[in-house]
Amino acid sequence: MNPVTELWRSLIEALVALGDVSRFLLRLILATPRALLRFELIVRQIFNSGALSLVIIMLSGLFVGMVLGLQGFQLLQRFGSEEALGVAAAIGLVKELSPVITALLFAGRAGTALASEIGLMRATDQLSAMEMMAVDPIERVVVPRFLGGVIAMPLLAAIFSVIGVYGAQLVGVQIMHVDSGSFWSQMRAGVDFRDVNEGLVKSCIFGVACSLIAVYQGYYAIPTAEGVGRATTRTVVSSAVMVLFLDYLLTSAFL
Amino acid sequence: MRKSNTLNLGTGAFVLLGFAALAFLTTQITSRGLHFGSAPHYDVTAKFDNIGDLKVGAPVSMAGVEVGRVSHIELDLKEYKAVVLLRINSRYNQIPTDSDASIYTQGLLGGKFIGLTAGGADTYLKDKSEIDFTQSAFVLENLIGQLLANFAKGSSSSNSSGSSATDAPATTEKHK
Repeated sequence: MNPVTELWRSLIEALVALGDVSRFLLRLILATPRALLRFELIVRQIFNSGALSLVIIMLSGLFVGMVLGLQGFQLLQRFGSEEALGVAAAIGLVKELSPVITALLFAGRAGTALASEIGLMRATDQLSAMEMMAVDPIERVVVPRFLGGVIAMPLLAAIFSVIGVYGAQLVGVQIMHVDSGSFWSQMRAGVDFRDVNEGLVKSCIFGVACSLIAVYQGYYAIPTAEGVGRATTRTVVSSAVMVLFLDYLLTSAFL
Repeated sequence: MRKSNTLNLGTGAFVLLGFAALAFLTTQITSRGLHFGSAPHYDVTAKFDNIGDLKVGAPVSMAGVEVGRVSHIELDLKEYKAVVLLRINSRYNQIPTDSDASIYTQGLLGGKFIGLTAGGADTYLKDKSEIDFTQSAFVLENLIGQLLANFAKGSSSSNSSGSSATDAPATTEKHK
């Protein structure tokens, strides 16, 4: 086949997928008010994708912060401004690292669980059974999971930031003996409310993107063992690419 | 019911932790969150010939102690000067009206801030009063230009390059 037509076809396919995902998002949003009436389902999903991701988020945050502390110290020492470590680590974490890494970890930890769970429901005909009982599976199964992810993500990112700053403080102040007072005061002087806001907006958007991709892949998974496996893989891959792409867009929008 | 309660407890704890983290980020890490417009203050204007890269939110300090922040910057199109609005904490309400406001740089490469030096007047700055004595930002490019101009003048006074360089440093001289 001619490479030009092949490229054209894959482009069309990508557009079709994008349109399909957008329509799915619209369906989810339309079903949200009715799903909110059964709030305990959403609470359960916040628990599943938020509270259960807490350990991995906190551990990663600690190590990312500690690495930032080490690397930042090495770099800043050359310019004799080690005290700027606090502001460097805090800005890096709050604006960039915590939304992105949280989203990537979320895709791996919670996104895959969502996709395979919904995919297995599809494969074992549970979704069809719901439809038979006149229960809308979108409203009952998909929306609570989607909303749970959307609510959990910014909270996870905020926790990541705080633990990360603590990790940077641990390395910078306790090990490298940067002055504690100037570490914190430079951080307070250098980090603006807007920076925190930027991180928050980013993580909210990543939350929508990651949860949407996960539930979409699960809902439209081919109802076989192989299909569910592939849906899970695709969830991680497209979430990661989407998060990094969106991160670039958002960063340039906020600049 | 039992299962559901532990679930709610776990979720509640997670959400609480998340919001606590957010609160920590906004209040402890940033400078703005702590005093969210609540502290009583008064506004004073100051006109500068050149403010360099002074930004809104830069600290205003007196004898090294932070007394307020820059709240607004705009250009006065009549005098072509920068009008800087200083928001000063009401605790510091005894700053003499003839005080001097200068723009300094924090450290070698740090941001700009405004330093006030007390004058000797018996009247104090009030809301909407203006600081008359100002000194512009120290702009590195102008200083280098001046240095080069002096250098060119010193090395060859008859050279024609001296005339083009002499008009460069006009902005750095102290006004009042």
